[in-house]
Amino acid sequence: MSWFGRLSEGLSKSTKKLANNITGLATGTLPLDDDRLDAIEEGLIAADLGPAVAARIRDRLGDQKFAKGIDDEGVRAVVAEEVARVLAPVALPLAITRRPQVILVVGVNGSGKTTTIAKLAHRFKADGQRVMLAAGDTFRAAAIAQLKIWADRVGVPIVAGEQGGDAASLAFEAVKRAIDEQVDVLIIDTAGRLQNKAGLMDELAKLKRVIGKLDPAAPHDVLLVLDATTGQNALSQIEVFGQVAGVTGLVMTKLDGSARGGMLVAAAGRFGLPIHAIGVGEGMDDLQPFRPEEFAAALAGTAS
Amino acid sequence: MFDSLSERLGGIFDRLRGRGALTEIDVRAAMREVRVALLEADVALPVVKDFIEAATQRAIGAEVIKSVTPGQMVVKIVNDCLIELLAGGDELPPLKINVTPPAVIMMVGLQGSGKTTSTAKLAGWLGTRERKKVMMASLDVARPAAQEQLRVLGEQTGIATLPIIAGQSPVQIAERARQAARLQGFDVVLLDTAGRLGVDEALMAEMAAIAGATSPDEILLVVDSLTGQDAVNVAGAFKARVPLTGVILTRMDGDARGGAALSMRHVTGTPIRFAGTGEKLDALEAFDANRVAGRILGMGDIVGLVEKAAANFEAEQAEKMAEKLAKGQFDMDDLRQQLAQMKKMGGLSGLAAMMPGMGAAKKAMDNGAINPKLLDRMEAIILSMTAKERAKPEILTAKRKIRIANGSGTTVQDVNKLLKMHQEMANAMKRLRKMGGIKGMMKMLSGQGGLLGGGPGPEGAGPEAGGAIDMGALGRMFGRPGLGNLPPGFNKFGRK
Repeated sequence: MSWFGRLSEGLSKSTKKLANNITGLATGTLPLDDDRLDAIEEGLIAADLGPAVAARIRDRLGDQKFAKGIDDEGVRAVVAEEVARVLAPVALPLAITRRPQVILVVGVNGSGKTTTIAKLAHRFKADGQRVMLAAGDTFRAAAIAQLKIWADRVGVPIVAGEQGGDAASLAFEAVKRAIDEQVDVLIIDTAGRLQNKAGLMDELAKLKRVIGKLDPAAPHDVLLVLDATTGQNALSQIEVFGQVAGVTGLVMTKLDGSARGGMLVAAAGRFGLPIHAIGVGEGMDDLQPFRPEEFAAALAGTAS
Repeated sequence: MFDSLSERLGGIFDRLRGRGALTEIDVRAAMREVRVALLEADVALPVVKDFIEAATQRAIGAEVIKSVTPGQMVVKIVNDCLIELLAGGDELPPLKINVTPPAVIMMVGLQGSGKTTSTAKLAGWLGTRERKKVMMASLDVARPAAQEQLRVLGEQTGIATLPIIAGQSPVQIAERARQAARLQGFDVVLLDTAGRLGVDEALMAEMAAIAGATSPDEILLVVDSLTGQDAVNVAGAFKARVPLTGVILTRMDGDARGGAALSMRHVTGTPIRFAGTGEKLDALEAFDANRVAGRILGMGDIVGLVEKAAANFEAEQAEKMAEKLAKGQFDMDDLRQQLAQMKKMGGLSGLAAMMPGMGAAKKAMDNGAINPKLLDRMEAIILSMTAKERAKPEILTAKRKIRIANGSGTTVQDVNKLLKMHQEMANAMKRLRKMGGIKGMMKMLSGQGGLLGGGPGPEGAGPEAGGAIDMGALGRMFGRPGLGNLPPGFNKFGRK
């Protein structure tokens, strides 16, 4: 199934709802009055774009003169266009440009880091890259076992220690091995942490420093994994992980559910960080490049 | 984003000061701000709409109590409505665990919501608080190593887990768990199910089949408090397939405003039983509607802040401090101790995020106007003083100040700023004594009936000309540790 097919299928229920929110008021071609603008704004809020961004898009729509009126389909198209315009500059795939390219994966607990790593490894391997994983989540019970199973399924080597071990020294060891064994991509998992836990964030900063010891440019990418069901707190996550770990890009997971991940729009407007990929399922193939037009279309309900 | 609602409402109501009852026009204007505050807190839109309507009806015509502003009155009414809704009004019935054993508790939720950790926490809670013999079983055959994770957690907490047999279906495991629990004399068996999406028909049907086969006494929905607008869809999807009996909100130790709590309560109609508040396996608390209401409204988590302060404040230090305070002394060493406490609590930005009315300070910090290293620097200045200087800061001459500035790598202005702050704090402490000690302070801060917005906003919390925040206010916060577990010294002080 195509990416769009999957996304649309996942979003179909909620998309319909959003589409109904935005429209369903007007039959035929009518002016874009306050009632319809209100409905659009609420539809956007219900998709987690946040009140501020929703109000901005509403204003932008209100400024445009639809002298002859506009029908529902037209409204959806204009909304999709506005959303896509915000997202277009941040849709950048993750490119492998050096060897070894060290990718550090961070995020709050349960956002889907480990599964995302498996999917990334699978994709890079399919592209002919030599991939190595590092089981840096030494905190959560069975996190190492989970990543080992994935490494096995994908068919890539893994550097792992004991649960409760020092994540920084494991990461150091992994970078060393990646250099020695000339792998192309090293992906390092980390324990999930809430961004307001100062101690755990310090630990992350240390991990990052240690990785830079063997190669000052490493980690070359720091990916923040965001759960699509997360609301406005995602902005706080981006901000704090950005400060502590120098996040270079975002991956959004769980877009196959009823969540629409609208805070990506808010995040794109505010931080401008690249959105590398989105997760649309639990399988290894379910990681897809981020396509702003299609995402915006699914969000606004122009997909049919 | 952290601006408190009462501050915002203040603007609207400034011109109304002194009027009698709240009029419909005023209330509707205020409710627009409340609406945005709720949406920013991730309360789902349909829930916001219902809530605003109900709160508006209640607020119109309400008398504005003397000495509060209309804005504060609206906040109080909204806050009361929120608490009512979150707490559900009636007395919370106990968990149904006193049935013919084994009582079956089934945990359901999305992937990554924290089911497995919550299962272990709940098992521990049932074991220690309710003195039940508990067994856990993982029915998660989808996520790699999920069963292993629960087994390890069981080992860590000393709770029995059902032995893993590969290749069994979730329904088979559930039935085996119930049987094993019955035969081995367990009181409660906890079933940890796989995470699933509301739109995944196969997995939702499987969940319904498990519930059908084991007829659980409690089915608890585990929800991440970071959840956004999707909360209504999630709650609706699960409620449609299994008879939910309660909710556990996880990651309440994060900095999300937690609007999902309101959405969950509203959509499921079942009580929110517990809040997960940390990574440790005993970090599970009874859900506190008062606290969450304040947080959703963006009025800061005052109680949380205070409890954190209490937890970090070593009893012995508190004792000493209380004695000094009682005598009206507050020297540089005391200030340094307070700074160290603040650092333990997550530094300035952590504190600012928790405190109401500190939005400006937080913003200033984010913009770099306030250096988050401020605490370190202040500490360095104090450490560069002699013991005598610390005990009696008034002996500091210009010469001494230059020496201190050089010693701490700061400037004389910095030293002066610190001294001024110390003076303010010392004054605040004196005021505190006059006001009847800790108890008076508590009253002023929290107000009666949850009028949180009224008191605590530290005036001038924004960055002062010199870039220092009102440390007097911070100091005052520390004079109020713990509503529940006061360190011994402060108990004494409170009675003074």
